[in-house]
Amino acid sequence: MMLQQVSAPHLRAGQSTEEIMLRVLLALVPGIIAMAHFFGAGVFTNIIGACIAAVLCESLCLRLRDRPLLLYLKDYSAVVTAVLLALALPPYSPWWLITIGTVAAIALAKHVFGGLGSNPFNPAMVGYVVLLISFPVQMTQWTAPSSLAANPGVWDSVLAMIGSEAYDAVTMATPLDLLKQNDGFMVSALWQQYPQFGRFSGVGWEWINLAFLAGGVWLLQQKIFTWHAPVGMLAVLGLMSALFYDGGSSSSGGSPLFHWLSGATMLGAFFIVTDPVSGATSNLGRLIFGALVGLLVYCIRVWGSYPDAVAFAVLLMNFAAPFIDYYTQPKPYGYQARDADK
Amino acid sequence: MPSDLKDLTVKGLWSNNPALVQLLGLCPLLAVSTNVANALGLGLATLFVLVVSNVSVSLVRNIVSNAIRLPVFVLIIASAVTCTELLMQAYSFELYQVLGIFLPLITTNCAILGRAEAFASKNPVVPAAYDGLMMGLGFALVLVALGSIRELLGTGVLFADMQLLFGTRAEAWRCIVFKDYEPFLLAVLPPGAFIFTGLLIALKNRLDQYFASKNVKPTASDAGSKRARVTGVIR
Repeated sequence: MMLQQVSAPHLRAGQSTEEIMLRVLLALVPGIIAMAHFFGAGVFTNIIGACIAAVLCESLCLRLRDRPLLLYLKDYSAVVTAVLLALALPPYSPWWLITIGTVAAIALAKHVFGGLGSNPFNPAMVGYVVLLISFPVQMTQWTAPSSLAANPGVWDSVLAMIGSEAYDAVTMATPLDLLKQNDGFMVSALWQQYPQFGRFSGVGWEWINLAFLAGGVWLLQQKIFTWHAPVGMLAVLGLMSALFYDGGSSSSGGSPLFHWLSGATMLGAFFIVTDPVSGATSNLGRLIFGALVGLLVYCIRVWGSYPDAVAFAVLLMNFAAPFIDYYTQPKPYGYQARDADK
Repeated sequence: MPSDLKDLTVKGLWSNNPALVQLLGLCPLLAVSTNVANALGLGLATLFVLVVSNVSVSLVRNIVSNAIRLPVFVLIIASAVTCTELLMQAYSFELYQVLGIFLPLITTNCAILGRAEAFASKNPVVPAAYDGLMMGLGFALVLVALGSIRELLGTGVLFADMQLLFGTRAEAWRCIVFKDYEPFLLAVLPPGAFIFTGLLIALKNRLDQYFASKNVKPTASDAGSKRARVTGVIR
């Protein structure tokens, strides 16, 4: 009888990078459908444009770095970065905006530091912040949700992407903008005054965030990431908004539900903060990392000068991730804590 | 050209460039390189100070005792900077105002003190002056390169405000490279300075690698040579 001889390791994680990235893409689908429902075909032109730019840029960078093209291209990490960036951009963005963001994300944030796994910052968020700082006008024009104004059609969204001015779209301030610029209105009065507010947060935004939440929970169930970082972020964001809600007065920062279901909260909590490369590594570290992201998101949203803050909060905490790792290093099995002897 | 002067030229402009290799004087380099005019102004001012300070330090190098050499060098540099400042106030006042604090700060530019300490205090006047000239040129070239990249990407225009340096006839030098350009603000803002300086350094290293790989001569260690090996026997 021949016994099969296999060398260690005998226990393997079943998931390759490729598989994980594909599942992340699959989990983004409900959110993408919800966004397309409320903002129209511009969401798809964003995603397609970003994916093309990302694959081209990734190939060029791999070529320059003398790395095998196919091996790295088919792990889909560039595509995931592109889709995350595309979802953060306002729909109907012109091609040059998408391209600059993608190049910043792939070339500057990822390949300069040594490719996937070595990047200290989340690539998609670097791309987004580069664009937000460079082109504040284009980056803050969101089309109105479809229930408030007709969205441009498919042809118009293609026109918008190639940079033509010959299409019409109604843009409106997002709910986070409105709450930030609010002076002198009670929250309930604000709700009655502007049609952009829905049941809990913005019209459309609440459904988009719930869809991303659903995708994120599925990823959690698939064990792509642990619960620590998203729960930490959402808990602290909720806690902060509950503390400073003050019953909806004119200086209120908005209710916990408003903050949970506004802007990029759920996309950030389940798809950005959970980045295994640029975040903290131990479970306790992830909890702290997520919690501090939540704290920063609330502070920048309410007291800072930008309406949404997930990108800035994540980048700031990426700086701090090695520091968090240093203090939350897990004890190896069998070692005793030094203090236990006392 | 004597070989040591040639060596100084190569070192100042390329292989030991103060901005790209020594990474000295980064503060003015990053802060002032928002357009070509400012970059050229500060580059020329630094070049002038570097030559004057190198010559003076080299002249006094044998009469200054080792213990007090640094204060003396700093005093010499500071007086050269004061001269430059007064000259600029007299002849290009607008540029003086634009450069602001970074003009007096040339005193603390470590590239200048570095050259005084590392070269001028150990060499006679002519090589010291030449070294100052080449190091200053190297610094000014990087400043202008960075300034033109940032101005071009940040505004889509090149050579704006050159009248600050060359008088009113230079107003016509302003050329609009991209029409209907959406300004790429990041290039003008401080992060852009860091990013583009990093990219310039990367480009310089890449070119070095390329030249090195081109100039590689077939050496004895290639095929057919004997290998020296101390452990084991090659069979």
